[in-house]
Amino acid sequence: MTLSFIVLAVLTVAGMAAAMGLRNAIHCVLALTLGFAGVAALYLQLGAQFVGLAQIMVYVGAVAILAVFAIMMTHSPESAKSPVFSSHWVMGGVVGMAVFAVLARTIRSNPLCAAGMPPQPEASVQQIGDALMHRYVLPLEIMGLLLTAALIGAVVIAMDRKEEMK
Amino acid sequence: MNPLQNYLLLSSLLFSIGLTGVLIRRNAILVLIGIELMLNAANINFIAFWRFGPNPSALTGIMFALFSISVAAAEAAVGLAIILAAYRHSRTTDLDQMNSLKG
Repeated sequence: MTLSFIVLAVLTVAGMAAAMGLRNAIHCVLALTLGFAGVAALYLQLGAQFVGLAQIMVYVGAVAILAVFAIMMTHSPESAKSPVFSSHWVMGGVVGMAVFAVLARTIRSNPLCAAGMPPQPEASVQQIGDALMHRYVLPLEIMGLLLTAALIGAVVIAMDRKEEMK
Repeated sequence: MNPLQNYLLLSSLLFSIGLTGVLIRRNAILVLIGIELMLNAANINFIAFWRFGPNPSALTGIMFALFSISVAAAEAAVGLAIILAAYRHSRTTDLDQMNSLKG
């Protein structure tokens, strides 16, 4: 376990735990960007530069901003006073911890995980572009269609219907 | 403890944090963010298995992670639009108050 992994892991887990535990929703999203940036740094550490930069652009740049906008548009004074956690929070915490216990136990006892540290594989942007344009070109096209449909769908769903009635 | 196990343990911890947040938060937007955390944990697994797997030159893990990030972005956009529409309907994002389907 290298020092850089420990630092990044602590940063990521702290950011994400704060994102799920803080009271103010805007603070939650700010902590969330810290967690996303930590995950991007973990990708860079694993040698996946392109995925790390895509993570920063998509999550830190787009998803977090979108969440901040949604929180500001749905903010109401009563929501600041109401409790943060739902009435079933004990149940939720127990389920979360049980899931982690099962996963951790399986990972620790799995012989497949016993491999050593292989040499750093190469994943240049050129190789990724080659793969996207040849082997994965159909999934790429479907992804473009999905993103277009999601864009149009999000606009249609979030549109204010009162404008149409005039 | 070898490196792959460290990454898998970290990602299962992030997954559990996201799952706990989905189950216990009242704000619908933060529940959606919890789902994003779980997707991020899955992406860490993809990249870790690509890095420590037997055939990294095929780039399968990278491709899976890239497509998963795009699907997560589409999901976040549509999910937040649905939350805005629900807010316009019921004037709240508190999930404990959205109980009109309760018997």
